[in-house]
Amino acid sequence: MSTIKPVNQKAWWLVLPVVVCVAFSAVLPLMTVVNYSLQDIISPERRVFVGTEWFAAAMRDEELHSALWRQLTFSLAVLTVEIPLGIMLALSMPAKGWKASAVLVVVALSLLIPWNVVGTIWQIFGRADIGLLGAMLQKMGFDYNYTGNATHAWLTVLVMDVWHWTPLVALLCYAGLRSIPDAYYQAARIDGASRFAVFRYIQLPKMRGVLMIAVLLRFMDSFMIYTEPFVLTGGGPGNATTFLSEYLTQKAVGQFDVGPAAAFSLIYFLIILLLCFILYNWMQRVGTADKEGAGHE
Amino acid sequence: MNDNRTLPRTLFLVVYIVFALLPIYWMINMSFKTNEEILSSFTFFPQHFTWDNYKTIFTDASWYSGYINSLIIVAINMTISICVALPAAYAFSRYSFLGDKHLFFWLLTNRMTPPAVFLLPFFQLYTTLGLMDTHIAVALAHLVFNVPLAVWILEGFMSGVPREIDETAYIDGYSFPRFFLTIFLPLIKAGVGVAAFFCFMFSWVELLLARTLTSVDAKPIVATMTRTVSAAGMDWATLAAAGVLTIVPGAIVIWFVRHYIAKGFAMGRV
Amino acid sequence: MFDWMVWTTPVAVFFICIALMLAGMTVWEIKSPTTLRKGFLPIATTRGDRLFIGLLIAAYINLAFVGLAGKFAEWLQLEQEPSVWISFAVSIAVLALVMRKG
Repeated sequence: MSTIKPVNQKAWWLVLPVVVCVAFSAVLPLMTVVNYSLQDIISPERRVFVGTEWFAAAMRDEELHSALWRQLTFSLAVLTVEIPLGIMLALSMPAKGWKASAVLVVVALSLLIPWNVVGTIWQIFGRADIGLLGAMLQKMGFDYNYTGNATHAWLTVLVMDVWHWTPLVALLCYAGLRSIPDAYYQAARIDGASRFAVFRYIQLPKMRGVLMIAVLLRFMDSFMIYTEPFVLTGGGPGNATTFLSEYLTQKAVGQFDVGPAAAFSLIYFLIILLLCFILYNWMQRVGTADKEGAGHE
Repeated sequence: MNDNRTLPRTLFLVVYIVFALLPIYWMINMSFKTNEEILSSFTFFPQHFTWDNYKTIFTDASWYSGYINSLIIVAINMTISICVALPAAYAFSRYSFLGDKHLFFWLLTNRMTPPAVFLLPFFQLYTTLGLMDTHIAVALAHLVFNVPLAVWILEGFMSGVPREIDETAYIDGYSFPRFFLTIFLPLIKAGVGVAAFFCFMFSWVELLLARTLTSVDAKPIVATMTRTVSAAGMDWATLAAAGVLTIVPGAIVIWFVRHYIAKGFAMGRV
Repeated sequence: MFDWMVWTTPVAVFFICIALMLAGMTVWEIKSPTTLRKGFLPIATTRGDRLFIGLLIAAYINLAFVGLAGKFAEWLQLEQEPSVWISFAVSIAVLALVMRKG
């Protein structure tokens, strides 16, 4: 089978419906956002062209900066917890048999729960008066209260995200691990390699590709997190858990600051675009590396 | 493998599974309690087992209409997404054409863009079209992330079907539509299932756009669930029951595509 | 019909430029297909990739400039903030550089 796809420009006709669909719901709005971002809109009839003023304002907005820092800290915290935990989980998951499928289903469970219900679950679970987690922490002597204490709220959102998304990392790593031929392990056993050596020189290199994808996916997804903290804490207390999406929504819908919100949207979009580009190229690279690897065996 | 090696791993796994299941169990537990019991005593099992919370949801129009609205929105969205994504995914997996890689990347960016970015224009757009507070508005708005996702998943499954099948069919004189519907589609029905499942999921749970574009008539369940504060304080029991019910449709769909979920996630496409 | 998009001339010009660029790239691609090559960028790129990377960098340059314009005015003791046309010129130059050598 040849791996090079035949060139056929008529294929554009097959893609056309998707292009029309997505253009309607993505390109038109994006153009509108650009328009908004350059004007002060008092009403549809009364609007003033203000140039780059909103962008300048957004770039110097202290609240935005702190939201951005909060977001970055959160995303990095998510990565530092979820990636090692996911790897450990993937390593401990059984490889074969009914146990493997059962564990797989249980682990994947939290990924399939609607995001707002994830928020609800933790809202209930964490309450000090009615929730198991909250009550247990209270018993242990912590004055735990995620609705009042900023640090607790932040930690609760983090734990919730770990609960929700670590399985994704684990599943990706698990898929990577399954692609290692048994012969590698046998060779390692003959050489008397330690457990750590097996991990470091056999398992980790094989997982490198999927791991990078996991890192980027988690980073991007946590970067646009909205539903779960909104349900859990509503961005509070104060603005301890007001991440970028939440901040943008407050600006756009709450205060109806169309211009600044639009400028902010575009900046947000540019960040996402860059991350996306890195992710896409990395996935392409992993894809081709896999194919080449398969060719050698 | 000897035992002292695997034991810590098993232990870790068990601990994680408890951590994974406990919050879910707690919600289910709560959905069978009364509000008084929830607030007054602290129990691992419902003392006064009750179906009342579920009854409330099925009899109170403000609750069950949320589910109906959600189902309508998701159905419209899923149908459109899959229908437009199928030919496109075929094109991406079978041919190379001018700008295909860039087009694919552009689709991907839409999947990754926070819906908050599109919020303002959507509001204006649907107000202008007179579609505010209708099912179709939310369904169309959700296309922005579901169509790229469907294309992406389907392309992965289609690439797994050898191209010789297409070529043989064309030699045998099949037209493209006939080949696609009678031969190709049955081959990738698992892929269609997985794609449909994820479209279902993401449309079912999307909160921000759904909340902004609807007010009364088309309000989906996720938006309903964010306002359970009544005069008597939070209605925890009903909220928990609603949460359990929100998981149910997803669980049913999972059952049909259970063998492929891991594959869908493992491809990193979600 | 398109009133809700509150068009302004500069934005219209901007998007027409983008559209023309895409059209131009298409025509160029048909006339002489691009090849994957490795320049100073860390990945091998085609012409289209370089255009995208160039535009993205250009956008970031302009943003950074707008953000720092106030600072620039302070440091250089200017009467007003420097014009965005400066950063625009710089970004076009970077775009050209990425297209040629990237």
